[in-house]
Amino acid sequence: MAGIPHDHYEPKSGAEQWLHRRLPIVGLLYDTLMIPTPKNLNWMWIWGIVLTFCLALQIITGIVLVMHYTPNTEMAFASIEHIMRNVNGGHMIRYLHMNGASLFFVAVYLHIFRGLYYGSYKEPREVTWIIGILIYVLMMGTAFMGYVLPWGQMSFWGATVITGLFGAIPLIGEPIQTLLLGGPAVDNATLNRFFSLHYLLPFVIAALVVVHIWAFHTTGNNNPTGVEVRRGSKAEAEKDTVPFWPYYVIKDLFALVLILAVFFAIVGFMPNYLGHPDNYIEANPLATPAHIVPEWYFLPFYAILRAFTADVWVVIIAETITGGIVDAKFFGVLAMFGAIAVMALTPWLDTSPVRSGRYRPKFKIFFWLLVADFIFLMWLGAMPAEEPYASLSLIGSAYWFAYFLVILPLLGVFEKPLPQPETIEADFEAHYGKSDAAAGSAAQTPAE
Amino acid sequence: MLRQLALTATTLLTIATGAAFAAGGEGHIEDIDFSFEGPFGKFDQNQLQRGLKVYTEVCSGCHGLRYVPIRTLADEGGPGLPEDQVRAYAQERFVGDEGANPRLYDFNEGAARSLTENDFFPAVEAANAPDLSLMAKARAGFHGPYGTGINQFFKGMGGPEYIASILTGYTGEEKEEAGTIFYENTAFPGGWIAMAPPLYGEDVEFDDGHSNDLHHEAEDVAAFLMWTAEPKMMARKQAGFVGVLFLTIFAVLLYLTNKRLWANVKGKKRA
Repeated sequence: MAGIPHDHYEPKSGAEQWLHRRLPIVGLLYDTLMIPTPKNLNWMWIWGIVLTFCLALQIITGIVLVMHYTPNTEMAFASIEHIMRNVNGGHMIRYLHMNGASLFFVAVYLHIFRGLYYGSYKEPREVTWIIGILIYVLMMGTAFMGYVLPWGQMSFWGATVITGLFGAIPLIGEPIQTLLLGGPAVDNATLNRFFSLHYLLPFVIAALVVVHIWAFHTTGNNNPTGVEVRRGSKAEAEKDTVPFWPYYVIKDLFALVLILAVFFAIVGFMPNYLGHPDNYIEANPLATPAHIVPEWYFLPFYAILRAFTADVWVVIIAETITGGIVDAKFFGVLAMFGAIAVMALTPWLDTSPVRSGRYRPKFKIFFWLLVADFIFLMWLGAMPAEEPYASLSLIGSAYWFAYFLVILPLLGVFEKPLPQPETIEADFEAHYGKSDAAAGSAAQTPAE
Repeated sequence: MLRQLALTATTLLTIATGAAFAAGGEGHIEDIDFSFEGPFGKFDQNQLQRGLKVYTEVCSGCHGLRYVPIRTLADEGGPGLPEDQVRAYAQERFVGDEGANPRLYDFNEGAARSLTENDFFPAVEAANAPDLSLMAKARAGFHGPYGTGINQFFKGMGGPEYIASILTGYTGEEKEEAGTIFYENTAFPGGWIAMAPPLYGEDVEFDDGHSNDLHHEAEDVAAFLMWTAEPKMMARKQAGFVGVLFLTIFAVLLYLTNKRLWANVKGKKRA
């Protein structure tokens, strides 16, 4: 790994040298584990580990569930009940998997908002950011398809609504929708391909996670000050960093275990709180539920999708200009995907030379408004499509886009940032005082 | 920053998530203090057995329990009937015709047979009545306030309350619409339900001499249906408790390890 200068693995014994000449895998693991990490990372830097854990949890519980699940419209619902009643520990495995998805999204949203606040997307970490957004999009696809598998009412109708979105795309929409469904409507073919993809995509995500980590190990971590680690020499770098092992391994592990305690309480004591009761009714193509509501983690984007109705002026303008090609339905779809696309473009939309929000007084206000807007949209997404929720959704959506497309570009020009610390070391010492050890080398070698 | 985001996380989990339960035109659901609510709540075995009796003598006329294996009546953490009673219970039940229960129909005999404990409760498809196996989880009792679902923290998930409220919510009013008679019910969304009042009080005699007025019968059968929907509830809560306990202790140890590990790096905090 290029980047911050640090000690590299030296094979000592004969066997180590033998392997190292042929496959430097131990060296790769060593360099990954011992990577110099800014020593001022705060508790918002723990979500990466939580996310990695979630991926592993979902894959492992998922593989076990597949051993007992039947992807057939006649049997899927009953096979879930079989897991819940007859498989040893099946109810726990399924509830872990079900709620694991929610933990995954809690962690990913906090991870993304941390990145947005501390400017982790800025040069030179754009590639890390883009890959992260890709992972997030794949996560949404995987979660959506997973929700269809139990073949409950919400599974079926959610699939009908969401695949219907693709049908709104002019010209190519209907072929895409048919391809997704494997037929004219949600049926056995849909269930089978969703099952196949639900099994495949997590491994694609796992591969992207490796690239994500590779990318930020190349640039080095961002940190709460946004000031880069000094790289002039190894000694200089050591003043700003500590090795990942053991310092951050233990810290992250502590945070993970604490979060898992809360997670386990939810799984053990109220595993259905985050689910929808209708999904305990087997799918029935002839009975539409009163309200079709997606899982909580889709709600903000669902609100944006529904916000742009035919009577909104931007929709009317778009429809007039394009001669009716962009109608309200397609506009909604564009807005929903656009809401994620603008996040991906953040590195080029944010014009401020200052990375961390800590030193951007005006940015802070708009950032927290964005967080509030996100929660507001989430609540609106669960509300029925009627007034006043429709108008409020429009306001919420407008702010979402304004933040990325107007506020971020302009703030960089008009905002007067606060002074930033010279180095990470200076910031760290301002907090904690000088290290006990000699001031020369802050990074301690842990006792072996 | 950290505290604010932690708050955000909790809000994410509570406010927005439970909002998914929001629905319009709700009936009035009465809160009942069931024994199985809360992290340490347990099924009351006697209540489950009484509920089974109500189900068997009243509900099973129209409603099936197609996902529930009869043998689970003997389970600990369930009604806990002795095995011979379970066997006898199964033998007293008969499978209906082939159409109603292809899974249980004996094609060799070409006729209805009596069940064994390894069979499932029959699926009854008479009168268009829904299967009750999962009813207690398939109905939301409480989703307020403001669609946040926070009430579930204090009142339980609400499915069994919904069932009990439906059973006791009849006002006695009837109306006919398109050839179907609807009965006014204060708990049913929309206010009119197609199911005739199934319980009036004193419909069954309990062996333990427990009160069999309408409210008690309704609560007992609601508790029983909570068990059919979530038969592993007690094992799950146990696992949850052990998990939380273990993880909390582990977290404390890791906190101390982490503090000690970083002590060298951090130096003394400036006042």
